[in-house]
Amino acid sequence: MGPLTRIQREARPESMLVNMGPSHPAMHGTIRVMLELDAERILNAEVEVGYLHRGFEKTCEHKTWFSLLPYTDRLNYVSPLINNLAYAMTVEKMLGVSVPERARLIRVLMSEMSRVSDHLTCLAAMAMECGAFTVFLYMMKAREFLWDAIELTAGARMTTSYIRIGGVRADLHSDWRASVAAAVAETRKVLKDVAGLLDRNIIFLGRTRDVAVMSKEDALSFGWTGPCLRSTGVPYDVRKASPYLVYDRLDFEVPVGERGDNYDRYTVRMREMEQSLRLLEQVAALLADAPPLQPGPEIEPAEAVRRSRAVRADSPVRLSPNLEGSERARLGGLMTRDKPVGVPPKEATYTTMEGLIDHFLFFMGGKGIRPPKGDAYFSVEGGNGEVGFYIVSDGTDRPYRLHLRAPCFHVVAALEGLIKGRLVADVIPTFGSMNMIGGELDR
Amino acid sequence: MGPETLIEKIRTGLGEALASVGESFGDTVLTVEAAAVRSALAALREAPFDYAVLLDLTCVDFAAAEGRFELVYHLYSLSRNVRLRVKASVPAADPAVASLSGLWRNADWLEREVFDMFGVRFEGHPDLRRLLTYEGFEGHPLRKSYPWRLAQPRIPMREDG
Repeated sequence: MGPLTRIQREARPESMLVNMGPSHPAMHGTIRVMLELDAERILNAEVEVGYLHRGFEKTCEHKTWFSLLPYTDRLNYVSPLINNLAYAMTVEKMLGVSVPERARLIRVLMSEMSRVSDHLTCLAAMAMECGAFTVFLYMMKAREFLWDAIELTAGARMTTSYIRIGGVRADLHSDWRASVAAAVAETRKVLKDVAGLLDRNIIFLGRTRDVAVMSKEDALSFGWTGPCLRSTGVPYDVRKASPYLVYDRLDFEVPVGERGDNYDRYTVRMREMEQSLRLLEQVAALLADAPPLQPGPEIEPAEAVRRSRAVRADSPVRLSPNLEGSERARLGGLMTRDKPVGVPPKEATYTTMEGLIDHFLFFMGGKGIRPPKGDAYFSVEGGNGEVGFYIVSDGTDRPYRLHLRAPCFHVVAALEGLIKGRLVADVIPTFGSMNMIGGELDR
Repeated sequence: MGPETLIEKIRTGLGEALASVGESFGDTVLTVEAAAVRSALAALREAPFDYAVLLDLTCVDFAAAEGRFELVYHLYSLSRNVRLRVKASVPAADPAVASLSGLWRNADWLEREVFDMFGVRFEGHPDLRRLLTYEGFEGHPLRKSYPWRLAQPRIPMREDG
């Protein structure tokens, strides 16, 4: 026998102990909820997390500032771009660089698409676990359109690594406008359908209305942020409280709930998605299409390297397809020029000696991005709430300490209290409305 | 309340518990004595400071160079919309600090995480045990003395039931 858990020590002899999870079909994410039951009634509960702990923070201490970015994709894996953004902006704060306007707009576009896909995933799973499989399919369909739009530009659906320190990796794909418009239209339609299916659905209401009510005071005491805090009536949103990027110039509202129950957490997310769609349209109107690149003969990288052995190769290098939009002519609007914090343009690397030296000086150990000594905290509004990075730099090419403030950590910490005294069936919608994401919770 | 008046008020409010007031990349940083962490944070939680939210708690290991661990608390005031970083150093030999349980409800899990990762004891914590790793895990992984790729012993099969 292993050591007894708290609930095993405290349980009354006549009550039944039941495990939900770590792998339970009605709980998305690997988490173990231990329940002490009197028939259907939950007398006591204990939540055990950490099944997805993979040493993210430890690993980052051994990676360079540039090369740890892909690890941030895997935190909240439903909205990876917001994690990229939070990390990149924390490092930018330490470096003191400012990002070009176009890159800021693209970052907002990507953040809002991620937020919608995050909310869609949460509500889809929550509804499915309550038996509304149609809602799940509708919302997953809408999410596909959003991820198609993201994939078109970033080249990946989930592990994007698209938002880089100093800017973004590449310009928007030439077809971005149509794909974003399609995603917005499709999501609007799905939101309308889902509202019709759930808003006044007696089964859904029975499982969510006045179930797991969180008071404003408790929510703040638990450090809740994001939609879960707003469902209790506190209008705290990082985008409004301390605006970053161009949010101060955009028009959007912060929806709040009244009761702080499961139903309010559902409606706040639904209404937030509408606001995010509005934001997407505003940003799309502000973003101009990139001017076409000059046509001309292009050569393959290998050919460029061969030619440059004798004399500088002056034809534009044809880059591999996944780097479309990252041509040197485009980088000016996408990457900061304050300090060299981005990967040098590939055209220069393949064709000139200086470019090759720049490339090596960026990637070599001990070189590249090195923020000055000190520590900084910066946060953005993620799908689940305030995504914050606390980073300590000792002036070398690797962070001395990197810590993620994961929003759902604080939300899930309140789960035990919320389900105590309720029925087993209430665990499912309560857990679903919290949007627990193992990647960021367990790190 | 502007930042200067606020810092003056904090100075008078915290008295000797406050070791220094500084700034790092634009963030306000208070350093308090380790023995006064609980009382200082309890004071900051109330009016006129009103830092009602404990945003985050973590720790930094400076054991090798300076022989200390640094606890880092992030507070947020909803009414004044400002964040504050509070730091306290504890000796690496026997790191311990008073728990914040009873003041903020998320302190329970935050302190368990720091205990798990760094081995800092939180005195007065109702149920201080590992959070992200498991019972039987050897060492505290975020200490600098813990090798990055150290393998843990396998957990033997349980023979119950």
